[in-house]
Amino acid sequence: MSTQTVDLVDYDEAVARFDPVLGIEVHVELGTRTKMFDAAPQTFGEEPNTAVTPVSLGLPGALPVVNGTAVEYAIRIGLALNCQIAERCRFARKNYFYPDVPKNFQTSQYDEPIAFDGWIDVELEDGSTFRVEIERAHMEEDAGKNTHVGGSTGRIHGAEYSLVDYNRAGIPLVEIVTRPITGAGARVPEVARAYVQTLRDIFRTLGVSEARMERGNVRADVNLSLRPTPESPLGTRTETKNVNSFRSVERAVRYEVSRQAAVLDAGGTIVQETRHWHEDTGSTTPGRVKSDAEDYRYFPEPDLVPIAPDRAWVEEIRAALPELPAARRRRLQGEWGYADAEMRDVVNAGAIELIEATIAAGASPAAARKWWMGELARTAKQQEVELAELPITPTQIGELQALVDAGRINDKLARQVLEGVLAGEGGPEQVVVARGLEVVSDDGPLLEAIDAALAGQPDIAAKIRSGNLGPVGAIIGAVMKATRGQADAGRVRELVLERVAQG
Amino acid sequence: MSTLSRDEVARVAALARIDLTPAELDRLAGELDVIVESVARVSEVATPDVPATSHPLPLTNVFRADVPEAPLLAADALAGAPAARDGKFLVPQILEED
Repeated sequence: MSTQTVDLVDYDEAVARFDPVLGIEVHVELGTRTKMFDAAPQTFGEEPNTAVTPVSLGLPGALPVVNGTAVEYAIRIGLALNCQIAERCRFARKNYFYPDVPKNFQTSQYDEPIAFDGWIDVELEDGSTFRVEIERAHMEEDAGKNTHVGGSTGRIHGAEYSLVDYNRAGIPLVEIVTRPITGAGARVPEVARAYVQTLRDIFRTLGVSEARMERGNVRADVNLSLRPTPESPLGTRTETKNVNSFRSVERAVRYEVSRQAAVLDAGGTIVQETRHWHEDTGSTTPGRVKSDAEDYRYFPEPDLVPIAPDRAWVEEIRAALPELPAARRRRLQGEWGYADAEMRDVVNAGAIELIEATIAAGASPAAARKWWMGELARTAKQQEVELAELPITPTQIGELQALVDAGRINDKLARQVLEGVLAGEGGPEQVVVARGLEVVSDDGPLLEAIDAALAGQPDIAAKIRSGNLGPVGAIIGAVMKATRGQADAGRVRELVLERVAQG
Repeated sequence: MSTLSRDEVARVAALARIDLTPAELDRLAGELDVIVESVARVSEVATPDVPATSHPLPLTNVFRADVPEAPLLAADALAGAPAARDGKFLVPQILEED
């Protein structure tokens, strides 16, 4: 890693003077049971080299056979991204020498991707949408995993080596490539992040991948260039490889904007190169310069026959596509009657599923939103966890609201019940019983408390008796305090007025 | 027709990691040139309405069901490796981190 300091231009200043152009390549590992070209099982976290066959290892004479399910998943992805599905396409060999590709080529698609010419609308945090055009989505295989041993701290020269595990080699991948994304301006990091997040959500909804970022199921390469104005020709781009979290995508774009602006300001030129993202420092460093080494000498894969997806099959897959996340959000917003801003907050908080399940458990949409976006959102923020990680279920929120609706507890008590549930004291009903939180519905104790309150504040009692109902709140407050919030404030008011009228 | 230069042959050899002596380069440049020119003659007779053929067999959509089969035992997988450690293939240092 380079230790030299890199000049950066302040981000806002950089986007004020340059027009950023983005391009993203997303790789997704398909969640098939077997690999792309052989029947080795897909595994994660198994002992090294226990999920390999002669095909995964590229042994001489081993022949690939295409996984039909992987092709179907690729078509699903293509259709969900509004792509055309090729009438006919083929695989190609991408030739390069690297230990994680034991055949010395990666089986990929080159001039004939299975899907092309698509688009997807991504929703930004302010609720606006941004259309990203998709150039292509093609099928290929994953590489093995290298572990570098020794490295810069290795003291004995020549003692460094790398270890390779081929369990991942041959896992089906779909690579989705955007057209140059222009017009994002200062929001380019947000667009990049939202795009990758949108794809992740789509993969999950389609059931084609678990799409777990932390496992590397979804990986993004971020291309970025700057130009003086939107009318200028495209500038030279850099490609930052393997940016594997939403936050990193955003940060990597931001960093490259600031770095490239500094290079251009100093009269320099951007080198077309691959760069590495460093999570710890939030910066990128140069890798390979794109040159002869990038000449992959693609040619059609002779060991695999072409794929010609039958139109009827494609239409069948299209008809069976599940409702996609954006459509679902629109439908639910309509059903729930949330305002745009309310829905946006719900989406940003990751609360859609929780609220949906809470409504299914009997709560009204308004009540479900009130709990998850109010008390629970505050708690999650305090504890720095996701809403879904809180130790409370949508069913329990449904029960809690049912207790409120039945008049057994009021809102204030409900908050205490919530506290009890979150503290692991059991479900709402149990907490109500154990903590004795039920609303006092018996008038007797209420009347006692009212009498005490009137006696304790004789001047206020006198005012009320004389017909001035203004200060009645003070009496109600005192009663609520005396009953530890367990009284129904409406009933207390009625009783206070009755009492005053009597005496 | 085009002739294949010695430099081009040297570049392709380097990409394929084939170490050629100057004498081999001279000889191969000549031999490959003959092959390339012979193949190029095809384009003289091929009209634009003849699509290029990458697969001579009239077959498409040869698919395998997504059903796992027993993989190799790790010991067998590693049996042919020049070097192994911790159940992994040991290879010379890879310069670039991954």
